[in-house]
Amino acid sequence: MSSIPSTVTIRPGGTPVDQEVHMTSFTDVHHEAERELPDLPHDPVMEALDLNVFYGDFHAVHDVNLSFGRNEITALIGPSGCGKSTVLRCLNRMNDLVPGARVEGEVTYHGQNIYAKGVDPIAVRTHIGMLFQKPNPFPKSIYDNIAYGPRVTGMKVENMDDLVEQALRGAALWDEVKDKLKQSAYGLSGGQQQRLCIARTIATQPDVILMDEPCSALDPIATARVEDLMLKLREDYTIIVVTHNMQQAARVSDRTAFFTARPDETTGNRTGLLVEYNLTSKIFSNPADKRTEDYISGRFG
Amino acid sequence: MTNVAATAARETVVLSTGRSRDRNLKSMAFLLALWFSLFFGVMVLLVLIVSTVIDGAPRFDGELLTKYSSTLRPEQTGYRAGILGSVWVMVTTAALAVPLGIAAALYLEEFANPKRWYNQIIEVNLQNLAAVPSIVYGLLAVAAVTAAGITERGLVISGAVALALLILPVIIITTREAVRAVPREIRDGSLALGATVWQTTWRQTLPSAIPGIATGTILGLSRAIGEAAPLLMIGTATAIRFDPNGLMSQFTALPLQIYSETSQSREELRVAASAASIVLLVMILALNALAIFIRNKFHRTW
Repeated sequence: MSSIPSTVTIRPGGTPVDQEVHMTSFTDVHHEAERELPDLPHDPVMEALDLNVFYGDFHAVHDVNLSFGRNEITALIGPSGCGKSTVLRCLNRMNDLVPGARVEGEVTYHGQNIYAKGVDPIAVRTHIGMLFQKPNPFPKSIYDNIAYGPRVTGMKVENMDDLVEQALRGAALWDEVKDKLKQSAYGLSGGQQQRLCIARTIATQPDVILMDEPCSALDPIATARVEDLMLKLREDYTIIVVTHNMQQAARVSDRTAFFTARPDETTGNRTGLLVEYNLTSKIFSNPADKRTEDYISGRFG
Repeated sequence: MTNVAATAARETVVLSTGRSRDRNLKSMAFLLALWFSLFFGVMVLLVLIVSTVIDGAPRFDGELLTKYSSTLRPEQTGYRAGILGSVWVMVTTAALAVPLGIAAALYLEEFANPKRWYNQIIEVNLQNLAAVPSIVYGLLAVAAVTAAGITERGLVISGAVALALLILPVIIITTREAVRAVPREIRDGSLALGATVWQTTWRQTLPSAIPGIATGTILGLSRAIGEAAPLLMIGTATAIRFDPNGLMSQFTALPLQIYSETSQSREELRVAASAASIVLLVMILALNALAIFIRNKFHRTW
């Protein structure tokens, strides 16, 4: 179990003295997630290559290059409007659902471009699951929430009861709900609902799980549980998580990508771009870019 | 304790007493105007209902519901044909309009690209259709059933087509609202698991929207049940002496029969018409009550 880390106040305009405090405490909380890893993933599960995203005429994300390693947790951090959620939603083609969205460049999954002609976004999403900001269980029973994915994707399931149990155990929720599987998922607490959503995602046996600020609607205790779960899930899945919480990035991630937004000189529209991508320990102890350093020390953002 | 005393001492503002400014002359005059408007609307309805009940009081009996209309024995005239005809035509109307309306609304909300010109035309059309006078739908229905090769006048199917056309815009608009009230997150959650748009619509969006759809549909039907004009256009009989027994059967509807018998000179027929009006009113209120019940019972906050 992770101990609750010492509290650190992130406030804009922090003094250099504060900065020292931030740097050390971020590195401190990283010890649980820290492992020996190569500088770049050797055999990336997913890669973004010169990824550009447009909403109509608006250039939302500019030239992002990232690679996501197998069984690693990659955190995408940065100020609001820097395009990190947009990048995440490109990774399983959820951005297709936004009217007017257009993607240039490539996103590869095991070497295949998921934006290539003829690739079915539905098939992509069965391999790359997603968890959202607000827990969004379906208005059904706990059991049916889990069974929904396997049913709609036509998965061959020998025993649905076993699969539901496995998924709930995988999400560390089984002991809390095993006696009320037929009850509505809406009766669960926010943190339980979010873990139910995780269980629902792993029931379809994906390879990659995308998480879009999965703890932003949860209290600190529920957050700690989800974070523990993420570290456990790392053994079987590749996780990419967008977070506003730098503590969280430090606590759980192996690698961190820092994004920022650059205003267009003529229109003032803010285009998101990747500033720095490195091992989390390096990003928080020794960032290469001044903007990263300013952000994590709380001087802007 | 000393702190409290100090705080109290600092606040030495004197609050004005006496008559509240909410009760001055101007406010009262305005309030009176509001009361009058409310009173006027409610009063007219109440007087109408009470006078109809008094007029029809002698005829609240079983024969009103079980007998056919009769000019020979007007004291025993009944609305059996009208009531059964209305039931037949409403059931057929619902069977036609509900699936069409729901399907149209689902297309517009879940599948249509609102930027396409043809979808925009449909959109504008739909808004206007809701405001078209009901008699125009009668004309439309005559054209439609004639085109389908039905030349006989006043059939259940023709009446149902006219009323279905009439309430289709209502059903489409209320269904769209109910579907729109289902949060985006539910759809995203389903799609992210690898469900198709169709599966998401059929298994998540539609079931969640059903209370809203039911409410809107019932309100649409309760509007249709009181309509006479479109039924007149398709040549519905005002008095028949047999039960309708199928879609291709002739019929008469409650509002039409009431209309025809109110204009008769025999006092007994007019009394019976008043009583039948109350029957119609009760049917409509029952439908509305059902709609409210469904809305309250299945109301969901997300």
